[in-house]
Amino acid sequence: MSLRRAPGFWLLLAVTLAIGLLPIVTGNPMVRETLYTIYLAIALAGSLNIILGYTGYISFGHVVFFGLGGYVGLYLISSFNTSIWLAILAGGVAAGLLAFLLGSAILRLRGAYFALATIGINEAMRAFVNNFPPFGGPTGISLHFSVYQPYGGATQALWLDYGILVALTLASILLSYLVKSSKFGLGLMAIREDEDAAEVMGIHTTQSKTWAYLLSAIIPGMLGVLYYFKNSSIEPSDAFNLASSIELLVMVMLGGSGTVLGPVIGAAGYEILRGYLLLSRLFRDIQLTVSGLLLLLVVLFIPQGAVGWLTRRYPRLRQVII
Amino acid sequence: MNVLQVSGVTKKFGGLKALTNVTFDMPEGQVLGVIGPNGAGKTTLFNVINGIFHPEEGRIVFREQDVTGMRPDRLARLGLARTHQIVRPLNELTVRENVMAGACFGREDHGLKAAGAIADEVLEFVGLADHSRQLASSLNIAEKKRLEMARALAARPYLLLRDEVLAGLDLAEIAIMITAIRQIRARGVSIIIIEHVMQAIMQVSDRLIVLDYGQQIAEGKPEDGMQDSRVIEAYLGNPELAKKLMGSELDDGAA
Repeated sequence: MSLRRAPGFWLLLAVTLAIGLLPIVTGNPMVRETLYTIYLAIALAGSLNIILGYTGYISFGHVVFFGLGGYVGLYLISSFNTSIWLAILAGGVAAGLLAFLLGSAILRLRGAYFALATIGINEAMRAFVNNFPPFGGPTGISLHFSVYQPYGGATQALWLDYGILVALTLASILLSYLVKSSKFGLGLMAIREDEDAAEVMGIHTTQSKTWAYLLSAIIPGMLGVLYYFKNSSIEPSDAFNLASSIELLVMVMLGGSGTVLGPVIGAAGYEILRGYLLLSRLFRDIQLTVSGLLLLLVVLFIPQGAVGWLTRRYPRLRQVII
Repeated sequence: MNVLQVSGVTKKFGGLKALTNVTFDMPEGQVLGVIGPNGAGKTTLFNVINGIFHPEEGRIVFREQDVTGMRPDRLARLGLARTHQIVRPLNELTVRENVMAGACFGREDHGLKAAGAIADEVLEFVGLADHSRQLASSLNIAEKKRLEMARALAARPYLLLRDEVLAGLDLAEIAIMITAIRQIRARGVSIIIIEHVMQAIMQVSDRLIVLDYGQQIAEGKPEDGMQDSRVIEAYLGNPELAKKLMGSELDDGAA
């Protein structure tokens, strides 16, 4: 993993860090809020890419890990007054555990069946939480503002929250790169291209897929805690919103699935575009329609996404772009 | 030592017996040819040997270990490699990555770096070194077949199953492949080949088995096998019937 071998990756990491530090250096909360949405999207899309882009399994309900993490985190903070750090850890562990259990069961399904199962799980989780008293049922969990006291008040807590988000975004990019450039990742990509052939080549496909699913779930689980901690409340319809899962898919496909750079570009591009749409009177209420249309266009005309399109057109870029 | 012992293997699909009581031993270092008409059960035999199908009856012993019903990936790690009748390249990976995957997950369980070195060597051997950075999808069919072979070889198998590698190749390409099969055998790898190109299989095989409707109807040296009237009938068809069919076609044309 030397600088010489993967200059594109280090550049990406450096740029992500530099932009992420911008609001902290300038102390501008407006810029911070804009970047919060973008970085959250980047980290989530990068995680989804591990199962979607590298392994070739479409997870339609990936937001379930985000929602579950959020619930576990907020439950711990509100009921046991745990620190944000422990809550984030617990959110990641809960999401990872769910992915591991689910993976062993539903990763035997292939193609559309797996995708359908992931939708089912998201809906089942929402129904469960709706009827689960410790998580507040349909009203969810709200944090008392006193939980922000240990971090120097709500204003300071928001800055801390943002700082952790930037760190997790970098971690997600790093994880994506480590998976892609490892033997494990080569096995995943072999599964993506031809699962039966991969098995004949000696890849333990069930085990590899389960690990990939687990790795793609942990960071979303942690991010859920961060996001809902900042939000100070969580409720089932918001935490397990299928539309958010689909937006994540659009981001990964738009930028280029199966690459480290693709989901970063896709997520940033999509969020910036959405920012404009939400401000425009015409598109404000139909911004989801726009993302649906976008997905359609991408799938029809550039299924390999922006990065894939570039490297196909200019094969030399393959040396630089990861 | 026998690299493979197949004893009394029967495989059914519903009521259809795809293989019936197939039995043969394969000494190490040999090339065994499997011939038979379409639908005789040749590919099913491969699928049973490498664990894709589980036989209803019988045992498969690979290097003195009972592997009946073992998963394909475990068999691959024990040293069994396979090429497919219809090539299965990992399209969106480069040629080199395809072969590296073979080395990484095969018998020797290499890391990426060692796998890269093996891939370069094997690609040189099959004559694809110039294409190593291309995507596998960009190769033509003959090259894809060589890639399939390279990927299997990179696993450093004890036994290689090759399913109709020569189908669809022209004479020059067949000659290259035959040379390659001999070289692989010279390296000590045992090979079972399914092939329809008769001259080729007669040239490279030490022994032949002939399947027809899932039954093993003959076994022996290539020159003996073709003397057997049942083999000629099963494989080349009934000469009388052929004549009749030809006749009726001519009649249709005239009418």
